[in-house]
Amino acid sequence: MTAARRLAERHHLRWWEALPWLAAAGAFFAFPNYLAFGTQLVITILFALSLDLVLGYAGIITLGHAAFFGAGAYTVGMLAQHAGWTEPLSGLLAAAAVAGAIGLASGFVLLRTHGLTLLMLTLCTMALLEEGANMASALTGGFDGMPGLQFAPLLGVFAFDPLYFRSQYVYSLVVLFACFALVRMLVHSSFGQSLTGIRENVLRMHAVGAPVRARLVLAYAISAALAGVAGALFTQANAFVNLAALGLDRAAGVLIVLILGGYGRLYGAFVGATVYFVLEHALAKAYPTAWQLGVGLVLIGVALFARNGILGLIQKPQ
Amino acid sequence: MDLIGILLGGFAAGMVLFIVSVGLSVTMGLMGFVNLAHGGFAMLGGYAIVLAMKHWGLPFFGALAVGFAAVAALSVLLERLLYARLYRATELDQVLFTIGLVFVMIAAVTLAVGPETQTLVLPQWLRGQTDLGIIKYRTYSVAVIVAGTALVLALWLGFERTRYGARIRAAVDNRRMAQSLGVDVGRLFTATFALGSGLAAVGGGLGAEILGLDPQYPLRYLVYFLIVVAVGGLGRVSGVFCAALLIGVLDFVFKIHFPKGGTLFIYALTLALLLWRPQGLFGRRGA
Repeated sequence: MTAARRLAERHHLRWWEALPWLAAAGAFFAFPNYLAFGTQLVITILFALSLDLVLGYAGIITLGHAAFFGAGAYTVGMLAQHAGWTEPLSGLLAAAAVAGAIGLASGFVLLRTHGLTLLMLTLCTMALLEEGANMASALTGGFDGMPGLQFAPLLGVFAFDPLYFRSQYVYSLVVLFACFALVRMLVHSSFGQSLTGIRENVLRMHAVGAPVRARLVLAYAISAALAGVAGALFTQANAFVNLAALGLDRAAGVLIVLILGGYGRLYGAFVGATVYFVLEHALAKAYPTAWQLGVGLVLIGVALFARNGILGLIQKPQ
Repeated sequence: MDLIGILLGGFAAGMVLFIVSVGLSVTMGLMGFVNLAHGGFAMLGGYAIVLAMKHWGLPFFGALAVGFAAVAALSVLLERLLYARLYRATELDQVLFTIGLVFVMIAAVTLAVGPETQTLVLPQWLRGQTDLGIIKYRTYSVAVIVAGTALVLALWLGFERTRYGARIRAAVDNRRMAQSLGVDVGRLFTATFALGSGLAAVGGGLGAEILGLDPQYPLRYLVYFLIVVAVGGLGRVSGVFCAALLIGVLDFVFKIHFPKGGTLFIYALTLALLLWRPQGLFGRRGA
């Protein structure tokens, strides 16, 4: 047995797991005019991946995940606007810290409920943040948000060009890869296994003495931090942030993306976001008034015929 | 505006919220089905009612009856053909399906009618002001409150005093027990679903003056409907009624006094209420 194979086995690596990354790298050269589109796609994948950790693995159904995306987005935005803190990488860390702290605090309070109640509580928490950002216009720019933000070049070398998303695309992709490696390691660890156990049978996990609530709150906080990173990337790449980063549209959108791809599978975020983005883009171009019809029909079809998303068609649940 | 006027305005909005949401509460309580497309039925009904009056010249009540019947029939069709396949699916597949359905409804209405806001042309006797003795108030709001109150009484009687209502209450509290006692929950659900969707249609039409009516309606008010259902408790007619009035009045008051950030209070209140009583104000613990 070679060392490479042993490494692959220890980390449950499979050959096809290289494909999305090769495709993403190839897209950089093949579609130079679509890098802005690609950057939004990569950011959405990261956001959906963070949701997969709580929804797919821990079984926490939330409709308020954009709260953390928005918290991260506004953190780097406000730091750049008011504190002159424009260095991108440390901005990501600050965003992760703020979003993670909000996730920890709200998870501690909310995660004693479940079902519709939890859904509404996460939704209301997000709505509170959104209204707060709307009202504190001195800090956040209110309804208009903060347009025209300036960020320092990445590593002091690669500037963010608002017209050509070359740096932004590579930067987002590298951050996504790092976050993906972290999430992948987490779900294969004993921590991840205990989350799956809680999702499948919470009574039994209590019975074997697992610290159920502590695990859930921790998973929620980690997921929130990752969503915050996605939000920070959004602000840095687009050089603006506004209330849309925090809204129900974004929270529902990422939920749809993840369910469409297949939750609890890591790669569902990739498949769902790509299918949804390409579908929306192609339909909006071809039928500017009726694109929602096509998207809606696809969602209905997937819900009816492919239990647990597109990946559910080809892969058995883990 | 003085206190009574504010209360009346809030009551009218609350009545509309109640008429739309009550069906959602009962169907979610019965089947645990997460039906995010419920607001879509309200929108379709609203369009049917407004357009029936505008283009066919139907009288107000005739249009309401047409809207109710059309949407109830459509909902039975959808329930038998599509919803029924997903009763055993996970909540998330249900979410995906109903969001997809909302998208289709929005696109269908946009294509067929157009993206602009529709206005309800009121008959002469519902326009202007009515002297209530203490205060003069918009006739239409008063009529909505009267109609809503009558409907609450009818629903309450039907729920508490008829065999059909007893079956629904039994099935909400314990579906398996009700089934083993011979209640056909599937048929019960189809009938309740039709009634709930039809009521939502009436609410969409009656509320066109108060909540507005355009293709984005089902998504814009989804949160309100869900808040009313969650605060009221699943499958509780009286709970939904109290929650709808509470939310309607408070929303009205705060939007007038704090136009900026008025909704903040509604969300904070919902958060506090649900942390205090996770099963809703009137729901049963563990239900």
